[in-house]
Amino acid sequence: MFDQIKEFASGFFVTGDPLIYGADVSILLVTAAIIFTLTYFKKWRWLWREWLTSVDHKKIGIMYILAAFLMMFRGGVDALLMRAQLAIPGADFLQPDHYNEVFTTHGVIMILFMAMPFMFGLFNIIVPLQIGARDVAYPILNSLSFWLFFAGAMLFNLSFVIGGSPDAGWLAYPPYSELMYNPGVGQDFYIWGIQISGIGSLMTGINFLVTILKMRAPGMKLMKMPLFPWSVLSSCIAIIFSFPILTATLALLFLDRYAGAHFFTLDGGGNPMMYINLIWMWGHPEVYIIVLPAFGIFSEIVSTFSRKKLFGYQSMVYAMIIISVLSFLVWAHHFFTMGSGAGVNTFFALSTMLIAIPTGVKVFNWLFTMFRGRITVKTPMLWTIGFIPCFIVGGLTGVLLSVAPADFQFHNSYFLIAHFHQVIIGGVIFGYFAGLYYWWPKMFGFTLNEHIGKWAFWFWNIGFYACFMPQYVLGLMGMTRRVVSYGWDKGWWPLNFVSTIGAALMGIAFVLQVWQIIHGVKHYRKNLDTTGDPWDGRTLEWSIPSPAPHYNFAVLPQVEELDDWWEKKQRGVHKQLNNIAEEKLEPIHMPKNSGMPIIMAGCWFLAGFGFVFHWLWLTIPGLAGVAICMLAHSFNYDTDYYIPVKEIKETEAALRKVTIS
Amino acid sequence: MKLPKKLRWLASLSMLVCLLLASTGCSEKIIVLNPKGPIAEHQRDLMLISTVLGCLVIIPVLILTAFIIWRYRDKPGRKASYSPNWAHSTKLELIWWGIPIIIIATLGVITAHATYALEPSKPLESNVKPITVQVTSLNWKWLFQYPEQGIATVNELKIPQGVPIRFEVTADSPMNSFWIPQLGGQIYAMSGMAMTLYLQADEQGKYWGSGANFTGKDFAKMYFDVDAVGTDEFDQWVKQVKADSPELTLDGYKELAQPSTLKTQTYSAFPKGLFEMTVTKYASSHHHGLSQKEMKDMPASHDPGSTHEDMPASHDHGSTDEDMSESHDHGSTDEDMPGMDMGDS
Repeated sequence: MFDQIKEFASGFFVTGDPLIYGADVSILLVTAAIIFTLTYFKKWRWLWREWLTSVDHKKIGIMYILAAFLMMFRGGVDALLMRAQLAIPGADFLQPDHYNEVFTTHGVIMILFMAMPFMFGLFNIIVPLQIGARDVAYPILNSLSFWLFFAGAMLFNLSFVIGGSPDAGWLAYPPYSELMYNPGVGQDFYIWGIQISGIGSLMTGINFLVTILKMRAPGMKLMKMPLFPWSVLSSCIAIIFSFPILTATLALLFLDRYAGAHFFTLDGGGNPMMYINLIWMWGHPEVYIIVLPAFGIFSEIVSTFSRKKLFGYQSMVYAMIIISVLSFLVWAHHFFTMGSGAGVNTFFALSTMLIAIPTGVKVFNWLFTMFRGRITVKTPMLWTIGFIPCFIVGGLTGVLLSVAPADFQFHNSYFLIAHFHQVIIGGVIFGYFAGLYYWWPKMFGFTLNEHIGKWAFWFWNIGFYACFMPQYVLGLMGMTRRVVSYGWDKGWWPLNFVSTIGAALMGIAFVLQVWQIIHGVKHYRKNLDTTGDPWDGRTLEWSIPSPAPHYNFAVLPQVEELDDWWEKKQRGVHKQLNNIAEEKLEPIHMPKNSGMPIIMAGCWFLAGFGFVFHWLWLTIPGLAGVAICMLAHSFNYDTDYYIPVKEIKETEAALRKVTIS
Repeated sequence: MKLPKKLRWLASLSMLVCLLLASTGCSEKIIVLNPKGPIAEHQRDLMLISTVLGCLVIIPVLILTAFIIWRYRDKPGRKASYSPNWAHSTKLELIWWGIPIIIIATLGVITAHATYALEPSKPLESNVKPITVQVTSLNWKWLFQYPEQGIATVNELKIPQGVPIRFEVTADSPMNSFWIPQLGGQIYAMSGMAMTLYLQADEQGKYWGSGANFTGKDFAKMYFDVDAVGTDEFDQWVKQVKADSPELTLDGYKELAQPSTLKTQTYSAFPKGLFEMTVTKYASSHHHGLSQKEMKDMPASHDPGSTHEDMPASHDHGSTDEDMSESHDHGSTDEDMPGMDMGDS
């Protein structure tokens, strides 16, 4: 009996690596600490009521961003492990198998469990506020989206200590990801982690598309909508068309692995190329999905901190829509070297280059927004300024890669690695940081320390260039991606060494950011945002107190112009808005909290775990739980309530009293 | 903000260090920019042309960015003009829709032209008859077969200088990518198909080649030396291999195909049609090729479907040459497939 348990445990838990034992211990300690703190301070009920079951888009957004930061830590540690391994030739700090797992989880986590939730967090917090809405179109679905993402992310992360991590790269190309070469449970964790969170992403895409199309404040025509919701709209369109492809692709891979199907295997008529086409039909739009909202954020910030209207608003809108459509026509540029033939390669090379045109136009428009403006360089603006050169250079190397015959030399090399890190860190991550700093006071009601923020910015940037510029050269020196080590004879090591130092600097930058947040929370009383409009903003979210009351707007705004709040401030009518007249107030219709989403996501988690280990005894109850949740929810008619006028008055008085004093 | 200013200096300094590192001493090692064959040379030129074209836009933009931020920074005493409502100018917008369109159009024409010119399966223009080398990516080693010379090597590629080499590339392992940067760009090695790639070495010398697409545990060890030598020396070498090296048998191949690493190896002979057998056993068609499992289970010499003693053929009874050429991609014609004889049964 004991032997049986021991045998099971040695296969079930990942053993033999001190790093993993360390992780085991820290996971246990953190869990214990959380449970102890919550119990000791009797906060369980508060946590459940205020956060876990909340359908408030702002709280869901905050939970997304918190999770994204945790995942950034995990993905960043992965990155540092890889860079440590590659700093010196022939190092055996990480064994090849372990190294393969590390780069795979780094990729998956950074794109799907860091960038995506970070983006969704910003969607959630800002979109309803900017379009003058009180919530998203489907609040419970929104909560479910978050919990599905969370369940998927946790399932994926569990593979680190239980069963073993996936090791077939972030897109898991077959045949390597098939059973014949990859028999462990790692790939199944990959499939189900992404699958479950992917359903959540798709639902978020639908939710925000509907929210933006149907819930704008009266008078806000589409062409009077701020740029950020526009960017969210174009991103959501791409989500709606691309995520079903991902779901289907992973489902087919799962059938191959679980049921012995032959969609992508080498025998039985399967074809791995089909997977590669399918996964990039999702994967390429995916990078535009995450970068488009960053474009929106930059547009808001450039305009606010230059105290000037955004230049070429219409061009910006069209450029984003063109990008979101074109992103579906370029996927084969990821495999120019797989022998598609000259005709196909030419088509995809040209369609890829085309994207540079609208993107270039956007850069010009940002520049000319600053032109003849009054630029103040606060942290959000600093990140925007840092973004421009970084993204331009990354864009240029992207155009270089799109020259199909030249890509035969860039493909799979460190040149490619440098390129996509430059556009994703320089574009996406800088953009989300800019957004986070910009909207932080709106989220929490206090501003963050600018001084620490600037230190973090410079560490990020110096670290970035030191890390990735050498990698372009390494690519041209013939260093291929995903190699665990290399010899002294190649001349690669000085550049790799510099690159590792750069990565460490970015690690320090992340610590500084965390410190900035802790510092902010500690001294929040000194840095209260009493006006609700700390940057002298232009759009509706700045017209309400910080942090926003849970119903957002006591009276729905009547929008007349683009940058409506700024225009009202110019005309001096904004003061009237602050004195909310009693007669205008009406009871506000709000959604009730619901425990269904978190329970349903928990059931998905169990089902996913069961699928991974082929445990039907767990899968079946898990899926049944999902069905029961749906059924129960469909019979739940008690989903909404009205906030009485008295309560609105009290809340507004409490929030705006600060304004008066 | 005093400190960030210092940090800014640090930033420029670190950039300088990177540049120095890149430019001193290792420029010889930037092998992609130091081509030794016509394909790689053409690719290097393309890289340079596209970089220059791109720089035509981005350098002015970078300068403009720096200037605008410096000029319009809100500082006491700065008298730059301020027009908060100036947000549209058709003329300006036409200019910056126009410039990228012109640059991309130019680059597009160049790219389209080069894509056709450098199509990897297109034979190189040369008076010399090409040599065929059949490349198989195995876990975790490269097998090179010289069908015309009748020899094979592992992780060592010797080629005659100035002679076009017709590589036929496949995999008997997860997909890989076959890359010799100084001779020309890579091409994927995929099971069930044979990709064609023409390369040529203009100079004698040793070049670095490797697998570029991840294949699992010992992927990092899948590199090889490419030795470009004079034609005489090459013939000499072939003779020597013929005389001194052991033969690669079918069983030997199966052994070789097992996951393991190996330094280098030469073989004086290999089973006829081994490459084609490797390709066809994974070939996807509605007829069944040999599955990997069947391959393993089957003693080679007792293959019932083969007219050759040592070459298992497809199990399928209706297999024709047409089916075969479907699976051999990219300009492979039957006459390019020496030793291909998939007798119907």
